[in-house]
Amino acid sequence: MNQSLSINDLHVSVDGTEIIKGLTLDIPKGEVHAIMGPNGSGKSTLAKVLAGNEEYEITGGSVLMDGQDLLGMEIDERSRAGLFLAFQYPHEIPGVSNANFLRAALQARLPKGEEIDAVAFYKQMYARMDELEMDRKFTGRSVNEGFSGGEKKRNEILQMMMLEPTYAILDETDSGLDIDALRIVSQGVNAMRSPERGFLVITHYQRLLDYIVPDKVHVMFDGRIIRSGDKELALELEEKGYDWVKEELAA
Amino acid sequence: MPHDNATLEAVSIDQSEGNFSFPEAYSFDAGYGLSETVIDYISDAKQEAEWVRDFRKRALKIFLDKPMPTHWASKDLENIKFDEIRYYLAKGQRPTRSWDEVPDDVKQTFERLGIPEKERKFLAGVEAQFDSEAAYSNVKEELEKQGVIFVNSTEGLREHPELFRKWFGKVIPTGDNKFSALNSAVFSGGSFIYVPPGVKVGHPLQAYFRINAENFGQFERTLIIVDEGAEVTYMEGCTAPKFETATLHSAVVELVAMKDAKIQYITVQNWSNNVFNLVTKRGLAHENAEIRWIDCNIGSRLTMKYPGVIMKGRKARGEVISIALANDGQHQDTGAKMIHAADETTSNVVSKSISVGKGRSTYRGQVHIPKHLKGCKNNTECDALLINSQSRTDTYPAITVRGNQHATQHEASVSQVSEDQIFYMQQRGLSEAEAMSLSVNGFVNDLVREFPMEYSVELKRLIDLEMEGSVG
Ligand SMILES: Nc1ncnc2c1ncn2[C@@H]1O[C@H](COP(=O)(O)OP(=O)(O)OP(=O)(O)O)[C@@H](O)[C@H]1O
Ligand SMILES: [Mg+2]
Repeated sequence: MNQSLSINDLHVSVDGTEIIKGLTLDIPKGEVHAIMGPNGSGKSTLAKVLAGNEEYEITGGSVLMDGQDLLGMEIDERSRAGLFLAFQYPHEIPGVSNANFLRAALQARLPKGEEIDAVAFYKQMYARMDELEMDRKFTGRSVNEGFSGGEKKRNEILQMMMLEPTYAILDETDSGLDIDALRIVSQGVNAMRSPERGFLVITHYQRLLDYIVPDKVHVMFDGRIIRSGDKELALELEEKGYDWVKEELAA
Repeated sequence: MPHDNATLEAVSIDQSEGNFSFPEAYSFDAGYGLSETVIDYISDAKQEAEWVRDFRKRALKIFLDKPMPTHWASKDLENIKFDEIRYYLAKGQRPTRSWDEVPDDVKQTFERLGIPEKERKFLAGVEAQFDSEAAYSNVKEELEKQGVIFVNSTEGLREHPELFRKWFGKVIPTGDNKFSALNSAVFSGGSFIYVPPGVKVGHPLQAYFRINAENFGQFERTLIIVDEGAEVTYMEGCTAPKFETATLHSAVVELVAMKDAKIQYITVQNWSNNVFNLVTKRGLAHENAEIRWIDCNIGSRLTMKYPGVIMKGRKARGEVISIALANDGQHQDTGAKMIHAADETTSNVVSKSISVGKGRSTYRGQVHIPKHLKGCKNNTECDALLINSQSRTDTYPAITVRGNQHATQHEASVSQVSEDQIFYMQQRGLSEAEAMSLSVNGFVNDLVREFPMEYSVELKRLIDLEMEGSVG
């Protein structure tokens, strides 16, 4: 069985407009792949489609997660099967505390009739929060409600660390983080890197990739991957801008 | 109908059995429809004093004369067939069924809510009596030592007229509305409580402890009098769905808090879809007294309920905290009435409603502060949550504040659980139904905390159940 998140000739439309136009990408377990690309090129759409968002219509292609047909699964099934998306714009859940939300998410992974061990859960959560230098008061606050931009992003990573996914997609997790937070969050992500886990990191900035060093960098433009390379590609992009790849593509 | 002595004897309360249960072997049938004969029948069965019989008969006249409250919510009231109702059902006429006849979904619900085994049969209508003497005896002993009276309405009026007559029908006059008149004519069951000065009742008093056929009747009448500086919490209902055949429930609850007294009245009710639940609840708060209504209404075809507090003494406080959940085919028309009748009185209304599917919620509030008063305060918050586009919610806050020496504050919101929010939660592994119930629980979370622990746990489970059915 192929141990990877494997996207093959994916086509996605919304309201009759095609946004992803034949995208192929393979993220093997153990690797970190970065996607960079101009605003509106379809990066977040790709992330949401992988997670199962029903706003989008898949008009062609396939996605296999470790050989399983991802597109045939429900949103929550994909999550429980090991797919995680750190949202570009995390949602607020009024009245539901961070701790209760995490607990419910972990509980959903247990077989029917089995109860989560509350003591072990809190211990685990506090340890992860310490790694992310998050204040304990965030456990009692409603999920993302009134959180600053950076706090929301940090909270996404806390959830990732608690849920221990097989494949994690981070959509612009770096935007909104201050310099220290960027370092702390990156350390958290790096600590999660393992031969058993793959990452797809969406970002606009090379800076993040100094901390989370990618195995591959892809450039997305107008719904396709137009160029792939190693980490040097990110540096080159930073220096020359997207016009450079676009021109090369046109040539 | 003959009322011979033997029958009357059979229905009389057996004192040796304790104050809290009715004798087993009585059976009465007042027939269908409403008339003076029916009233006489009820009064005879209960061996009531003449003044109670007269009270009932006057009420019957008022009921018959009074028009339906059409200015209220719903034309649906016109569908109540008063002639087809049995107004007094003693135990013998209770429909009995075997446990096997109870529908599976009802059984499952009991299971899921974690309702204790012995209570399930009662709630399902298999047993007419729930024997709770054992559970209750400790509390009862303590209450007796403190001089607290906690009896059913029949006994209260018969054994303690000097205490109860003074306030009976005074907080809610018979003619308050058509349904308070109906209740006054045919009431049966409900609790009468008196707490002597300075006594702070430690345990919440539960109607639940003394469930029996009559207590869960259609026309309960409750009167709670808490004397100077005394305190009590009363709880009624439970989260389990009641397996109902009777379609009209019309209770009257009157509370009297004397100077410095505190009353907290907690209700959790989960009605089946065929029930009209038309309830009048009001409290009278004397100087520096506090009355809080904490109310949770789930289900029913139509619930109309607006608990109120009349703040009659200086610095009196009134509060209504309510949660309403209306699913498909249900209409929750709830709210609060706050009548400020003295200086420096304070009232607070927090109402949250949830409309699911075609369910409909209405908030109807009234806050009245007359011009001659000084330093009154009201805070009203009503929030509605819509679970899908077919849901409907209306808010009619009527805040009449005259004069400029008062502070009032009003906030209302209507929100929806967005698809994006559900997507986010599902992405973390929760099923759509789990995501929905967590969101709904989040919405009412701050109010659920006001309920006693065991109720809040059950409420959470109940919301889970309701949401499970509401998503595809
Ligand atoms: N639900 C939707 N309805 C209509 N258009 C959409 C929808 N979702 C995305 N789009 C459009 O698809 C395109 C790709 O959007 P997407 O959010 O995927 O871009 P992105 O690459 O993540 O951009 P950014 O770098 O700004 O985050 C945009 O033009 C966007 O307006
Ligand atoms: Mg984006």
